[in-house]
Amino acid sequence: MPKKTKQKSKYTLSHFKRELPLHLMLLPGLAIILIFSYVPMAGLIIAFQDFIPSKGMFGDQEWVGLKNFEYVFHLPGFGQAMKNTVIIAFWKIILGLVVPVIFALLLNEVRFIKFKKTVQTIVYLPYFLSWVVLGGIFLDILSPSTGIINQIITALGGKEIFFLGDNEYFRETLIVTDVWKNFGYGAIVYLAAILGIDTDLYEAAKIDGANRWRQTWHVTLPGMRMIIVLMMVLSLGNVLNAGFDQVFNFYCIYLGILFSGV
Amino acid sequence: MRKKTKGRIAFQIINYSILALLAALCLFPILNILAMSFSSATAVSAGKVSVFPVEFTASAYSYVMGKKEFWTSLIKSLERVLIGVPLSMVITIMTAYPLSKDNSQLRARSVYAWVFFFTMLFSGGLIPGYLLIQNLHMMDTIWALILPTTISVYNIVLMLNFFRNIPKELEEAALIDGANQFQTCFLIYVPCAKPSIATLTLFSFVTQWNSYFDGLIFSNFPSSYPLASYLYTVVVKRDLSTLSLDDFKLLTMVDDR
Repeated sequence: MPKKTKQKSKYTLSHFKRELPLHLMLLPGLAIILIFSYVPMAGLIIAFQDFIPSKGMFGDQEWVGLKNFEYVFHLPGFGQAMKNTVIIAFWKIILGLVVPVIFALLLNEVRFIKFKKTVQTIVYLPYFLSWVVLGGIFLDILSPSTGIINQIITALGGKEIFFLGDNEYFRETLIVTDVWKNFGYGAIVYLAAILGIDTDLYEAAKIDGANRWRQTWHVTLPGMRMIIVLMMVLSLGNVLNAGFDQVFNFYCIYLGILFSGV
Repeated sequence: MRKKTKGRIAFQIINYSILALLAALCLFPILNILAMSFSSATAVSAGKVSVFPVEFTASAYSYVMGKKEFWTSLIKSLERVLIGVPLSMVITIMTAYPLSKDNSQLRARSVYAWVFFFTMLFSGGLIPGYLLIQNLHMMDTIWALILPTTISVYNIVLMLNFFRNIPKELEEAALIDGANQFQTCFLIYVPCAKPSIATLTLFSFVTQWNSYFDGLIFSNFPSSYPLASYLYTVVVKRDLSTLSLDDFKLLTMVDDR
């Protein structure tokens, strides 16, 4: 391999020849992403058109400017839906960040390896289940008459709560179950980040007289800062999505029962 | 050496209890549903089932096994996983390898990286995606399910970070011995990254196996549903149009809600 020179040389034929295999390797991935991600993105222009499907996706459609948006904004349920989305997304992002970080910190304090491994595996389990399956599971568990959670609540003297039907509790149910499903997975990323922190830093902190709390606060957390910010940024992409899969399942299951009249 | 203070011991006890409680919280719903599935309908509706089955019966399972749709959708799901996961892994590796290089080795690296990263933040959404699949005449085919989910940029980012941790000397040695980039990637890098490839294969398997929504919208007929989509119709429309009267009677035997 030719020695790399720091100065910027011109892009020559020899460069191209050397890099050609790398470009070729990127080709299949690039093709898929162009077709299945960028073409639909370009397809978003239909938002500004009076779209008639029979004319085709990029056909000769009539442009209507922001009329479609106006229509949506004036729908009666829009304000409430927007409010719900923002509240749900906000709490999911905050709790989806705080809970795994705290869990990772707690797990990191465990010295008994077998316990650590077992807890980690169990907590990781819900991540592998689809929302469809979990929808079914929670429907049974949160059921007001036969569900185990409500049995516990009534046994403790409370009144049973219809978690999936009562609109006072639906948002909270969504948030809690989402955090429940994903915190084990999130914690793995943070645990990896903790393991990556230089142990010399802890030695230095100890010599300076820091106890465990201060070590966590001044060494572990700053060491995780980069990964926390990264995960935060990535989760921001889901704000207006607010977990479509989950809501779709939980809500439709409830409607299905309602309409079947059981 | 490390001295155990009282506070430290107290912290450890609380810490272990919290973690054990969390683990129990994660395991309990799954055990509960498993126990319910093996219990009789009367025991379930009486709320007697917690972690162990009451009045053991496997009628729920024989009900599902007896459904033709269950088997066709299971085969569809297996097909999806068997084609989709290897394809996705090969393309992920082939994309991550060039992206793990320096800018000096691949000048357009940052451009490529942004092209991929951009899709992590923005997407075309439901309707254009549906129109695309329709225009490509992929409705009801297995490709409508596999191809759009082949690339997960998140997995590519993980993969390229694993590749970056492999010592550069290995690559240089391979190139000196006359290997080309394809050989370096698949004969040197891939064996070195086996554990991470196993992890990503698992992720990719879970995505392919669990996604139900694409199965619902990209299929015109219930016969082309993968397992997760079929399951969705079962869970949601427990007793709507898809069920015959006999089915309904059977279902009340299993679950009388």
